[in-house]
Amino acid sequence: MQHFSMKYPNIERKSPMSIDLEKILRPVDSPMPLYPPKYMTLASGETMVVRQVGREEIPQILPHVEPLIHVERDFYNIVAARVYAELLGYYCHRVQDEYVLVAQVNGELAAVVNGRMVSKDVGMSYHTLALKRGERIGAHAFAAKMEYHMDILGQKEVLIVAESPIGFRRWMIEYKLEKRFEIPHELGGPPSWALTRELFDAARDTLLVGRRPVPEAALAKAKAGILPPIDPPTPAADFLAATRSQYDSTGTALLPPGKTAQKPKRSE
Amino acid sequence: MREVYVAGIGITSFTRLEYPLVEIAAYPAMMALQDSGLKKVDHVFVANMASGRINHQTGLASAVVDNLSLTPAGAETIENGPASGASAIKAGFMAVASGLHDVVLVTGAERLREVNNLDATDAVATLTHPLAEYIYGVTLPSLAGMFTRLYMKKYGVTSRHLAMVAVKNHDNAMLNPFAHIHQKITLEGIIDSPEAMTNNPMVADPIRFFDCCPVSDGAACLILTTKEVAQKSGHPLVRLAGVGQATDTHAVHDREDPTELLAVRGAAAQAFKMAGVKPSDVDVAELHDAFTILEIVESEEVGFFKKGEGHLALERGETRLGGRIPINTSGGLKAKGHPVGATGVGQAHEIVQQLRGEAGKRQVKDAKTGFTCNFGGFGNNVVCLTFVREG
Repeated sequence: MQHFSMKYPNIERKSPMSIDLEKILRPVDSPMPLYPPKYMTLASGETMVVRQVGREEIPQILPHVEPLIHVERDFYNIVAARVYAELLGYYCHRVQDEYVLVAQVNGELAAVVNGRMVSKDVGMSYHTLALKRGERIGAHAFAAKMEYHMDILGQKEVLIVAESPIGFRRWMIEYKLEKRFEIPHELGGPPSWALTRELFDAARDTLLVGRRPVPEAALAKAKAGILPPIDPPTPAADFLAATRSQYDSTGTALLPPGKTAQKPKRSE
Repeated sequence: MREVYVAGIGITSFTRLEYPLVEIAAYPAMMALQDSGLKKVDHVFVANMASGRINHQTGLASAVVDNLSLTPAGAETIENGPASGASAIKAGFMAVASGLHDVVLVTGAERLREVNNLDATDAVATLTHPLAEYIYGVTLPSLAGMFTRLYMKKYGVTSRHLAMVAVKNHDNAMLNPFAHIHQKITLEGIIDSPEAMTNNPMVADPIRFFDCCPVSDGAACLILTTKEVAQKSGHPLVRLAGVGQATDTHAVHDREDPTELLAVRGAAAQAFKMAGVKPSDVDVAELHDAFTILEIVESEEVGFFKKGEGHLALERGETRLGGRIPINTSGGLKAKGHPVGATGVGQAHEIVQQLRGEAGKRQVKDAKTGFTCNFGGFGNNVVCLTFVREG
């Protein structure tokens, strides 16, 4: 926390003039009911807790998101960069009516999901970032996010886009989302898709899981600290690197024994 | 017939490999050449099922032999559906055993993940009967679903038994650095907990997500040769002692009793007879568990257990590492992965590693006899191999 405060000065400690400006810059959040925490058993048998976090916990999350900005695999780089910006925007009061949910396994950060309340009836889904792959962790976290919009905020529909093929499969296909292509999504303006209450109710039995209340010990462990993921996504390994070094510059034929690969000459 | 030995082996990770198919095929071949100490081969067999359809490349063997600078060795592509790998090994066996060639390189390779899962599933489904099955939307998962339902009704196999296969093979794959899926799963997580049916959704009733193998890219290679040449490799001598192959009706519904996998039974019997061993002699086996039910049924059909009792042996832990007959120590197709044309060679790779004593944490103690079952179509073309360690 101390380390983070040095990197991102606490805006509450700024000068009186800054505070006056801050009144203009800072959007006024609407009252939003809290997401009641829940827990579930993963395929591995581990327990995952999903809960809402406030601004005070964002500094614990950002250092775990930042490394994924450098993972050029399955669109982790763009999703992580945007999530980082959105979390920072939430922390610094630069996004209106944003919320953040986290999924934790043994205290470790497994997923971050966030979104925004556009109006009383419409929600805007931002991102789903799985820091632990497999086991439908991202899908469970996304379902919790939709549950927040539909069951807790009582909204009529949520606007959604996907930035990766995996996301498209998980949201557009699994939930059979409706097209709202006439509405640009806040994430860069692409055509929106919508989860309606009817679609959510249809998916509820198969895609929405979790039990409440969370056992006290599990919730206490989750709240005690957001621990770094043990096995976060990494860039794809170059499985054939050793072999490729033995190929000619075109990468199509092996070099004779004893020869090494030469970089292609630059044409003048 | 001359006796046939394995002089060298190689394998890629079974996973998503974003390289040209020819390179994927060549990589384990180079490893196998290095493993054997050989620089030249007489003939190359390349096992592959779907390159023409998925990778827009035919004549794969010609590309691979050139890529490996092994010209003017002869080269052929062997396509026999998911049994292509073992079929190619069988072709290599015949070439050496007959005296036609002294050193044969068999590499199996597939790159399915160049397309999405739906297209890959469709490509594999083309091996079904075009007029009686495929045009009605039959896929391999759907056949497995119907087959499993019949088997459950007849023999009392339950979803829990299927899940036990998945858990076991995921555990084994955790010990295999080349496996596609390194993910621990538990019965609680995929069968027992309130969330299990979402964690493990239905694919083709009663087949669920964790009952299905992944779609994998990958390749594996074996070099087959004579005893004299193999002895120079410096490895424990592993002999390909038995080869068996049998077929059944193309369309599954044409079988008198679809729960009887007669081709598995026939191919296994041949492979055991040629090797002069009995099923009870086998120390370690790789069975074609594209779906979890298949491991149970094949374990019965090849003779490890009585018909209808494979799931009971599974319950007793007999097929686990440390059990009486460990099955799919590599993780099997279920978790090691299933690059279809490469799968049979991958199975043989695991058995040779086991018989050499090179399987690391998944090593079966004192393994001397190993067995593979490579299941083509939905049981309409099956190739079984028996390997024996000498000395």
